[in-house]
Amino acid sequence: MTPYGSFTFFFIIAILLAPTIILGLRGKRFHTYNMLATIAALGLIFSSSLNQALALILFTIWQVLLIRLYIHYRKQSNSNAIFYTAVFLSILPLAISKLLPYFSDINVIGFLGISYLTFKGTQIIMEIRDGLIKKEPPLAKLLYFILFFPTISSGPIDRYRRFEKELETEISGNDYKQFLYDGINKIFLGFLYKYIIGYSINHFFIANLRFIAHSQFQHHLYYMYAYSLYLFFDFAGYSAFAIGVSYIMGIKSPENFNKPFISRNIKDFWNRWHLSLSFWFRDYVYMRFVFWMTKKKWIKNRNIVSNLGYILLFLIMGFWHGLEIQYILYGIYHALLMVLYNSFERFNKKHKWWPNNKFTHVAAIIITFHFICFGFYIFSGQLFQKGV
Amino acid sequence: MEFKNEVIALLAEICQDDVVKENPDIDLFTSGLLDSFGTVELLVQAEERFNILIPITEFDRESWNTPNNIANLLADRR
Repeated sequence: MTPYGSFTFFFIIAILLAPTIILGLRGKRFHTYNMLATIAALGLIFSSSLNQALALILFTIWQVLLIRLYIHYRKQSNSNAIFYTAVFLSILPLAISKLLPYFSDINVIGFLGISYLTFKGTQIIMEIRDGLIKKEPPLAKLLYFILFFPTISSGPIDRYRRFEKELETEISGNDYKQFLYDGINKIFLGFLYKYIIGYSINHFFIANLRFIAHSQFQHHLYYMYAYSLYLFFDFAGYSAFAIGVSYIMGIKSPENFNKPFISRNIKDFWNRWHLSLSFWFRDYVYMRFVFWMTKKKWIKNRNIVSNLGYILLFLIMGFWHGLEIQYILYGIYHALLMVLYNSFERFNKKHKWWPNNKFTHVAAIIITFHFICFGFYIFSGQLFQKGV
Repeated sequence: MEFKNEVIALLAEICQDDVVKENPDIDLFTSGLLDSFGTVELLVQAEERFNILIPITEFDRESWNTPNNIANLLADRR
């Protein structure tokens, strides 16, 4: 069953979480029950495909073993080669699942959410390397973090240390009222976004485009803006469900969106769109790369280092979305925008060419909006579809 | 106190703005003075100048947000 995909799903989750709510309102600890509820919910989500359920179990065992082995090793030693091997092995299942469809008809390794769960495993390996996760995570907590059902299919991508801290925080009955209130609020925002606004854009506008548009160009132009809005409302709606259900279970999953369409520039956009993903790439790819380059002093020019970091980040992000041409181009497009914006920002710091006032602020938002929409247009794959 | 001034001087260098000296409680990230690149420079410099090692993943923008907070957090790790 697709998470948040049908009324039945919400109905079953409501029943499943009724004990959570009762325990929470009474100020009792409920995480043990929530772990059991997660197993039940996973059973529900993966019931339709035994193959995927098996792949999920194998994937989880693989990640847990890798984390345990690496933390044991890290207590004694800290070699680069072992660290890179551990990161490679942690990404390996995802890489195989993306490549396999090109070689075989059946995908035995992939399952719903593998892209998102991989981030959680890799991130733990990196924080063990940095010495931030020193103690071996208790098995139950580690499994709960990886498999936490509200966010299993498409995030938001949480961080282990944050998640564990929240598991240990006592929530009084009074505190829980706020969790519950916020959770329900978010879920209803999700209904508005995904099932009213997103659905309407898709059903009434995009599906009828061939009657609305008078030319090929118009068709593509309308599609570009409509798809961008649809993508936002659909994904922000999904995220609101995932975050809302997390809150009801006493976990404040990180936010994924912060009004992306009022971004002033492309950098600002990546601080507002799919935050848990872009922050992951910022912290674990871009910053690590820049740090490494700055320390080794291989390249003296700071701007080249920064630009190479952006290119690396967005290329990986493109490949992560999928190996189809539109995703790779989407990555290249955003890398290019970041590099250009970076140069512009430097130029402007010196020459003060673009003043900072209300008028230029609005103008910047409008310009950025069109660039963002063109990016989503590439992402949609509409460019490469024949016979539209 | 001297250490604090050194940190703030370093921040002024990285942000290329003396406002961090005038207003050491300014939020460096919401004001756009510091970004990911500047953060990395700060971490590299902290290691080279003060011999304080801070992993990238330890730096979060909620607690390491103002010149004063950064100076205090660095001082704790000396």
